[in-house]
Amino acid sequence: MEHTSFGDQRNATFSLTEEDHTLANALRFTLNQDPRALFCGYSIPHPSEARVNVRVQTTGEPAREVLKDACQDLMLMCQTVRSTFDKAVADFKKNP
Amino acid sequence: MSSSDSGSDEAMTDAQQQKGFVSALEMPDVPSQKLQPHLELRRTRVLCNADAPDNTDTIQYSGAYASMGVDNSLRLDQFANNFRVEVKRLTEDEMEFDMVGIDPAIANAFRRILLAELPTMAIEKVLIANNTSVIQDEVLSHRLGLIPIKVDPRLFDYLSENDKPSEKNTIVFKLHVKCGKKGPRMTVTSDELKWLPSGSELLKASEDSNSSSRAETYTSFTCSQDSLPEFSSNPITVYPDIIVAKLGPGQEIELEAHAVKGVGKTHAKWSPVATCWYRMLPEVVLTQQIEGKTAEVLKKKCPVGVFDIEDLGDGRTRATVAKPRACTLCRECIRDGEEWEKRISLRRVKDHFIFTIESTGALPPEVLFTEAVKILEDKCERVISDLS
Ligand code: SF4
Repeated sequence: MEHTSFGDQRNATFSLTEEDHTLANALRFTLNQDPRALFCGYSIPHPSEARVNVRVQTTGEPAREVLKDACQDLMLMCQTVRSTFDKAVADFKKNP
Repeated sequence: MSSSDSGSDEAMTDAQQQKGFVSALEMPDVPSQKLQPHLELRRTRVLCNADAPDNTDTIQYSGAYASMGVDNSLRLDQFANNFRVEVKRLTEDEMEFDMVGIDPAIANAFRRILLAELPTMAIEKVLIANNTSVIQDEVLSHRLGLIPIKVDPRLFDYLSENDKPSEKNTIVFKLHVKCGKKGPRMTVTSDELKWLPSGSELLKASEDSNSSSRAETYTSFTCSQDSLPEFSSNPITVYPDIIVAKLGPGQEIELEAHAVKGVGKTHAKWSPVATCWYRMLPEVVLTQQIEGKTAEVLKKKCPVGVFDIEDLGDGRTRATVAKPRACTLCRECIRDGEEWEKRISLRRVKDHFIFTIESTGALPPEVLFTEAVKILEDKCERVISDLS
């Protein structure tokens, strides 16, 4: 993973290796939902290379922190999904 | 009279009291926290018009409605309160459930992980000792690779390049079938694959034929797999009844198949699902009252019986939407001219997913989904630790 930012903490591109739309698109969603993100988007430079570039521009906070928080948010959402799902399955198994 | 008077007096004072504490946000000239209905419709529904679907995007940007005073940012507590899962069908290898209150970006991530990133075991190497059947070695190997193996992949490690095949990363099967010289033709099915818990039985050809050391096989198991607690009571089997090859009189196949752990991204044979898909919940709205003959026509139009007819009592009948969930969005009901397009509005609910998982048998579908969610969590964790 690279972090390319030119003397400006607010704007950065993160290059995630071994990742694709699966993570990048989900991250773009959580980033977009963060009011501190001014802009975010992702691209896959070449389809045969397992790499995505995630661009983050923020209103002032370091881009790195905002991206980290976006990951954190996504993780918490996943945990909610998992516990809700497990509960629904357990309920269904009890009385189908 | 007097009592009602005093009652209204009380109401007055209550209202005045409340007025004293009115928050600035609730004053009439401050924009309300709710979106106007036409915007709410665009935010939450895909409109399936006769020519093309419209409004298919989701509005992700947190400040999309800032000018209207509506916050579109993610609040986790709100998400947790709204998010809902309802299981509709659950069998050993198939499940359907509704997932409500989540963005397609994340629902799609789960789907993609289920298809391509959840590991299973599949046959990767086939050592063919003899094959006189009409099926070429390559085709036969490919067919074997696609046979689902009923074993929990979490009990195994990946076999990396420098690893020796061991009981922790390889499952060995043997297939030896022969068709009698005079008998009828024979069909070989996947049940013929016999698990070899102690590993390969084929000996490697050694350069030094008089070497005293024990001849090596193609695997190096330190112990038999059936002595391990997880397999001692449930031997590893493959999905039965899959036709592998056909043999003519006198033909024979003898081979050994080595299964290893992998993911669907590398090859579809490792995908744990036969398929996994979702569709958004259809919503069929009658924008006008449809009565009498027209209602009959409408009911007949729909091939899946979405509409029904209701008796209004006074001899009149009208069309109702009885089973919107069954709608396949064929748009037959709005095809016959503009007046039909005006009568019926076909929509999809953007955050309501009808999710279907068909497992190939390695793990039950509900376990597959939880594992998929865990994988997405791991991905986030990896990014966080890389950034820290
Ligand atoms: S779109 Fe097709 S399935 Fe849906 S209500 Fe109309 S006719 Fe029925």
